[in-house]
Amino acid sequence: MRQGNGGGDSVSPERLTSPEALNHLRERLLKQRDNSRTVINVCSGTGCLACGCSAVTAAFREALAESRLENVVELKTTGCHGFCERGPLVAVYPLGVFYQKVSPSDVKLIVDQTIKGGKLVNKLLYKDPQTKQVIPYEHEIPFYKKQMRLLLGLNMVMDPNSIEDYFILRGYQCMVRALFNMKPEEVVQEVLDSGLRGRGGAGFPTGKKWAACREAKAETKYIICNADEGDPGAFMDRSLLEGNPHSIIEGIVVGGYAVGAHQGFVYVRNEYPLAVKNLTYAIGTAREYGLLGRNILGSGFDFDIEVSRGGGAFVCGEETALIASIEGNIGTPRPRPPYPAEAGLFGLPTLINNVESWASVALIIEKGAKWFSSIGTASSKGTKVFALTGNINNTGLVEVPMGITLREIIYDIGGGCPRGKKFKAVQTGGPSGGTLIVESGEPEIHESLVAHGDIREEEEAISLLDLPVDFDELTKAGSMMGSGGMIVMDQDTCMVDMAKYFFNFLQEESCGKCLPCREGLQIILAVLKRIADGKGETKDLDTLEEVSQVMIDTSLCQLGGTAPNPVLSTLRYFRHEYLAHIQDKRCPAGVCKELVSHAIDETCTGCHVCFEPCPTDAITGKTKELHVIDQAKCIQCGACYQVCRFDSIKRVKRGGGDIVQLRAKEKWQPLKKRTAAVA
Amino acid sequence: MRSAAHETYDLEHTISAIVNRYGGKAVGLIMALQDVQKHYRYLPVEALKLVAEKMVLPIAQVYAVATFYRAFSLTPKGKHHICVCTGTACHVRQATVIVDDITRNIGIAPGETTPDGEISYETVNCLGACALGPLVTVDDEYHGNMTVMKMAAVLDKLRGKHVSVKETVEETA
Ligand SMILES: Cc1cc2nc3c(=O)[nH]c(=O)nc-3n(C[C@H](O)[C@H](O)[C@H](O)COP(=O)(O)O)c2cc1C
Ligand code: FES
Ligand code: FES
Repeated sequence: MRQGNGGGDSVSPERLTSPEALNHLRERLLKQRDNSRTVINVCSGTGCLACGCSAVTAAFREALAESRLENVVELKTTGCHGFCERGPLVAVYPLGVFYQKVSPSDVKLIVDQTIKGGKLVNKLLYKDPQTKQVIPYEHEIPFYKKQMRLLLGLNMVMDPNSIEDYFILRGYQCMVRALFNMKPEEVVQEVLDSGLRGRGGAGFPTGKKWAACREAKAETKYIICNADEGDPGAFMDRSLLEGNPHSIIEGIVVGGYAVGAHQGFVYVRNEYPLAVKNLTYAIGTAREYGLLGRNILGSGFDFDIEVSRGGGAFVCGEETALIASIEGNIGTPRPRPPYPAEAGLFGLPTLINNVESWASVALIIEKGAKWFSSIGTASSKGTKVFALTGNINNTGLVEVPMGITLREIIYDIGGGCPRGKKFKAVQTGGPSGGTLIVESGEPEIHESLVAHGDIREEEEAISLLDLPVDFDELTKAGSMMGSGGMIVMDQDTCMVDMAKYFFNFLQEESCGKCLPCREGLQIILAVLKRIADGKGETKDLDTLEEVSQVMIDTSLCQLGGTAPNPVLSTLRYFRHEYLAHIQDKRCPAGVCKELVSHAIDETCTGCHVCFEPCPTDAITGKTKELHVIDQAKCIQCGACYQVCRFDSIKRVKRGGGDIVQLRAKEKWQPLKKRTAAVA
Repeated sequence: MRSAAHETYDLEHTISAIVNRYGGKAVGLIMALQDVQKHYRYLPVEALKLVAEKMVLPIAQVYAVATFYRAFSLTPKGKHHICVCTGTACHVRQATVIVDDITRNIGIAPGETTPDGEISYETVNCLGACALGPLVTVDDEYHGNMTVMKMAAVLDKLRGKHVSVKETVEETA
């Protein structure tokens, strides 16, 4: 068996010339593999690498050698398991034990107790933050339990740098099925029947795009896999490319066969070095085995793939800009139509899909359109991977069937907000999707919605969290699916600040080609900055809405066209927060620097921890006595707030006189409780 | 002292090798520039001219690409490289506190290089390890769940100073 790390040792690739040869190889590999042996899987995705998993792998190698187990136990480095927050992760099979936050010093214990003795190492097991229950097995952990990991599942059990691992897991069978048992039109029909909609953001029916590209008349056509993933907070494409690159390759070859293309490009951003490395390596081995290149498996079909490293500009994720970028130009979009399916790369018909879409294609061809369309809702089929990040307990990648509610994702899988803070909103759709779903049972939000005419006064605002996740349902609620970034915000997030953040981002990333986007972003950003600095006026809110409308109506590409979403949706649900900034010169969440000062209250234990990070030495006080912040010296950097373990540092309204207590505990009483208290 | 002729030869040699790696075609332009930048830590004007010549592209196109993408720099970068993620997930976890802290600590704003050429400092919009936010990379090494305290220790290490991390303070609590 080839042993991970990109270094092959035993099976030397032979060029496979028929599907039978592939089957023979698979049988041989299966025979070599002893299913009863112990396998140690160390997650080596970027998240775990960042937590130091390479040292853990090295420690295992050493410990196994020391115990003379290196030939008995298999050590495998895999792709991302999704639960990156808990990394480095180690799973031991066939027991199925899940160890988290493993450090190199724990390795000996695992080898001695679990590998040799079959016993669990308690301190490394997952402990549910809410129930405090210890959960030893992967499949019982709530984070995984409610998921349906069709695309991400293999990440956990295979070494991305071992094509043989993938063969054993029935890899490349879907390609065989398409090339040998289906006509190109049948492949297109299968994708149409599956109801798959593109996972790159807009949710365009994939089959329709394929049919259009198939019908386009041209000698040469191209395939592109969009792996730019410029959306900050999303990392599912990266995880798939890193953890299971062969499934993407398979999908792309099938696409090429279906539309009649012979060359594919994968456009990956350069900030994803591991994805580039694993994908390039996978393409290399696939070529060696004859699964790419001339006459694939003797089918008579030629297809090859090249990796194109992107320059890391957000707008390059937009398909026409991406094409310009591959061609060696600056990444500016052009008006569509013509769509890339008719005139794309080098002016020729080009089929462009997102990474997750390609991975889904492989699944559809393998298991059939009928099976695929049985998962999900009427208009949205299959599963969707979300990157659950921000202020949430279980951060990571979550793959769920369409139709699940946001509440299930955020509370059952995500475990709610950390440190008992109150959930405020979840942002989906990326920066230019910039839309929000909120728990709209809050009194202020209710008032805001009434004022805005979204609901009538006597209507109880239903919680948007109970909406099923589905392309159309989310759009109806004024949000969107987007690429699947799901950023959870708690009470400490200021919505004006968030809007400002997105506009800052978009203003930097706009290519500047069209006027509405270039100028509109700057105007809105300036207004938002003014409001955040406490210099806003009520009429500014009208300006925001007006300029937004112009941008929506007239921008060249969807960057400008969807850019106003963050400001419009925050205005819709959090108008009261804007008004607080404008009328009371107050930032309710205590974020906007110009409007808050930091103060210490009587819960201070006098531990001195806040002294160290304070850059201006503004904090004084004796040990075990109340500390004070010298307001003349304080620059509101928030460093002390970050380190205080007793929540003693408060952010209060700026300006002398009375210190207004703004802690969220008081602000965020649910609607019912409030009214009861009044009555 | 190395002669100017020597340097010209080196440059010529390096650029040829890089351009050839991508078949000398425009499709490889961005990747070629990435490799040039990796080699020189920035894009020297001479190199841009050579790339244009060898790929048979107008210099204007090469220059446009070199200035459009944020990752490219036409001025030399420092020996060490600090990069703070200010993507949405990291922002929500207060990455700005870290950004301001580093600015104060090393005396330069994001996008700048220290006058001694030691450290370059920049921000990016997502490094794809959002679960660990706020995230900082120092010379490609990841540091997750960053706090001002941890950052101080990281910077001290980068400067070669060995300062005991603030455990003593923790204990008094
Ligand atoms: C500003 C902007 C950024 C985009 N970024 C991405 C991206 O990073 N990844 C992606 O797959 N699609 C992105 N898209 C969508 C693509 O234009 C395109 O619709 C998608 O790649 C098509 O693939 P699909 O049909 O599989 O979704 C972006 C669109 C816009 C307007
Ligand atoms: S990288 Fe290990 S779980 Fe994501
Ligand atoms: S947002 Fe910081 S790593 Fe993704």
